[in-house]
Amino acid sequence: MDLRSWDQSDAPFTEQRIVLRGKPGSLFRTMRWPGDASFWRTSMAHSTDLDLVNVTKRFGSHAAVNDVSFSVAPGEFFSILGPSGCGKTTLMRMIAGFEHPTYGDIRIRGRSMIGVPANKRPVNMVFQSLALFPMMSVGENVAYGLTCRGVSRAEAEGRANRMLERVGLKGFGDRRVTALSGGQRQRVAIARCLVLEPTLVLLDEPLGALDLKLREHMKIELKQLQATFNTTFAYITHDQSEALVMSDRIAVMNQGQFEQVGSPRELYHNPVTPFVASFVGETNKWHGEAAFTSNGSVAVRLPSGTVIQGQGKMADKATLAFVRPEAIALAQDSSALSGLPNKFEGRVSAVLFDGANSSLLIDTAGFDQPVRAVLPQAGPLAGLTVGAPIHVGWTADAMKVFAA
Amino acid sequence: MSKKPAQSLTLFLLLAPAILWLGLLIVLPHVEILVLSFSERVAPRVYAFGFGNYLEFFTEPLYWRTFARTATMSIIVTALTLVLAFPIALYIARVARGRLKAMLLLLCLLPFWVSELVRTLGWMMLLRETGVISYVLQAIGVTDQRIEFLYNDGAVILGLVYGGLLFMIVPLANALESLEPSVVEAGFDLGGSRWTVLRRIVIPHAMPGIVAGSIIVFMLTVGNFATPVLLGGKNGLWFTEQIYAQFITRFNWPQGAAFGMLLLVLSSAIVWAGLRLTGQSLGTTLKQA
Repeated sequence: MDLRSWDQSDAPFTEQRIVLRGKPGSLFRTMRWPGDASFWRTSMAHSTDLDLVNVTKRFGSHAAVNDVSFSVAPGEFFSILGPSGCGKTTLMRMIAGFEHPTYGDIRIRGRSMIGVPANKRPVNMVFQSLALFPMMSVGENVAYGLTCRGVSRAEAEGRANRMLERVGLKGFGDRRVTALSGGQRQRVAIARCLVLEPTLVLLDEPLGALDLKLREHMKIELKQLQATFNTTFAYITHDQSEALVMSDRIAVMNQGQFEQVGSPRELYHNPVTPFVASFVGETNKWHGEAAFTSNGSVAVRLPSGTVIQGQGKMADKATLAFVRPEAIALAQDSSALSGLPNKFEGRVSAVLFDGANSSLLIDTAGFDQPVRAVLPQAGPLAGLTVGAPIHVGWTADAMKVFAA
Repeated sequence: MSKKPAQSLTLFLLLAPAILWLGLLIVLPHVEILVLSFSERVAPRVYAFGFGNYLEFFTEPLYWRTFARTATMSIIVTALTLVLAFPIALYIARVARGRLKAMLLLLCLLPFWVSELVRTLGWMMLLRETGVISYVLQAIGVTDQRIEFLYNDGAVILGLVYGGLLFMIVPLANALESLEPSVVEAGFDLGGSRWTVLRRIVIPHAMPGIVAGSIIVFMLTVGNFATPVLLGGKNGLWFTEQIYAQFITRFNWPQGAAFGMLLLVLSSAIVWAGLRLTGQSLGTTLKQA
């Protein structure tokens, strides 16, 4: 049988590994061939690590999580992004087994987790507070899960030490967890999960307690860890930058429901709801009325009477228009912006300097709020100061219009 | 510099009641008893320095056996109190919320508004031959005779555990309250069973509370007088009774003083041994309790 003939992308990772690394003699015994019906059953189930089907969680009459469905593929870094109180923590606690859905099903590798207690699920969680065991040493923290599974003390210790080495904490096994720095504690919390080789690692805003510099560093480190271990990560956060930097896919959650699921770029450039447009990334937001619609392009009349051109499918009168600050072109004279459908004259009202994230607020005639644009730090417009006259403009593609 | 003497005077004045209390009521009597315990009666009204009173304790089996019995039963009482108090403290600290928590603590405290003597007499009313339990058992036909529940070791232990419960629950609940819920959840999440989480996370965390509660209950029990005398009757044989007997019945104050010192030293030694065996230090216990 030619193994390459079946679609490699659908073939489960573990089965491939057996083909590649298994001893030839054991191959026929351990391997289930594609012709075998049981192979396809498990293989189909393995094509996703996590499935949530119509999961709802009610606390009294309040639905904390309302009819949420999604799937996470093996090895994927999946984030749930939402403001606090949107239900993302409840969702994560249901996957971990600390809360139980009112309706719906949670499946891990195709196996329903309803009625399976937290300590029997192939899921491990990195808590917001990290929840390291202060009464144990670093090594004991990492070995804890293994000893719970009945692994002998000596072997658990060996595996814990190897895991600590992989996360860059070689020789820390005998330290007290209270003697570690924030970043080291973070790595212990992750090592403690990864040593159990779970199907899925849940991370509940684990970077929240760190200072900014360390948080930036840990973002990259987490992503690298996830890639080296090739474990599926489900990460929840209210920090859009964490989600955008680390995730393969992000679900934006609001009031118990998913607004949009997609890659970071999709969410940023093609938001499908006004909530996603305003929650993910910086943006200019204006209220107006749809004045003219044709073929995907919308003209929006602002309360001042100014008309701006954008893209969107509009049915209602009341609309919201969004433009990213970096999509706003700046020029000294209006001729440089002649090709743009939206061009206005304004005056710099504030310079918000924040390194690479610096922005300008520009008081523009016809807009009730100043227009936010990226501060140019090179070229002819570098060194703009408050009060300087300036021309702003943007393309119709750059402006997303939604029903309010 | 002018502030210094005034400050130290203030400090002295503030500390004065505590120093007077410790000095006059605790240190001074103990020094007095210590001195007294080393005086032997060589003839009527003639006393000489000597270790005879202490030797008496080790040579007369009644005395050291009474002490051994007192110590053993106190350890049993402490262990029973711990086992009974732990789930109660766990419930108060981790499950009960708001008013319920306050109510439960108040319920534990309520019996202590009544004097220990009265509480013990209450137990006697329940346990004696003509008491409530005996009557109820007769009434429902379990037995056709009166049953005497008083005057045995079981009654003594019952009374002492009852008296010690509060002093175990409060430090335990305090210790358990500071355990972060997510640490317990992490214990389950990583595959721990209820028993594993209890043994490896909850109990180690509560250790300072367990040690503090155990020391308090053990010391209170060893030094208790009314409960063993009233509930144990003639079979009670508690070491404090020997001290009482020497002071009051025999009028042998030096002997009673020596027993008093021995009780202090030996029970402290047992506490020390207990701390060493469980690998705890008094310092960390006091810090957390």
